[in-house]
Amino acid sequence: MSADAAKIPQPAKPNVPITKWLPVVLIAWAIPGAGHVYLKRPMRGALVGSATIICFLFGLMMRGAFFEPTTGDLLLTLINVGGHVANLMTGIPYYLATWLGYNQPDVAGHVHDYGSKFLVGAGLLNILNMVDAWEIVTGEKD
Amino acid sequence: MPKISLNHMEASILLALLISVVLGVVTKKNDKERWNYGLYCFGCFMATLFGLGWLMKLGHG
Repeated sequence: MSADAAKIPQPAKPNVPITKWLPVVLIAWAIPGAGHVYLKRPMRGALVGSATIICFLFGLMMRGAFFEPTTGDLLLTLINVGGHVANLMTGIPYYLATWLGYNQPDVAGHVHDYGSKFLVGAGLLNILNMVDAWEIVTGEKD
Repeated sequence: MPKISLNHMEASILLALLISVVLGVVTKKNDKERWNYGLYCFGCFMATLFGLGWLMKLGHG
């Protein structure tokens, strides 16, 4: 972008009401990829949703542990609360797993350790999906 | 739920692949850019994986 183009005032983005974007973000949170499908982007929804679900399922199959929001010193609090929030961001798959009795204790071993990271990674991927759905519904992205 | 056991390499490559797919899809505006960026991210993950792997091996002697 040239210096002149940068000086041109850009039109203000229309203020999208919360009643329009909140349901989409909630749908995107609850079912990974569903926000994109709801916004008529089924291929993108299928791709990001399946990547998130596969990440979550591999985490479960590797017997990763869900983080508990326990507190202690700063680092421990950051890891546990942050990990718990990331787990919650997976949406319904997380609640389904816990309701069906998945309760893997945090044990030593690289497979369990990777499993925990896959479970957290699925939540973080779903946050990206939610942000993308929000950008679509607010018109910042096609 | 079946139990699986992936080694370090398999787990890292799988995670890199899944993250690259999502990053490619959500950050770019058309399919060509998405493919390119997804492949770029995957390449960066692989370079980091092998680079750090060799660094640790050489560091251990």
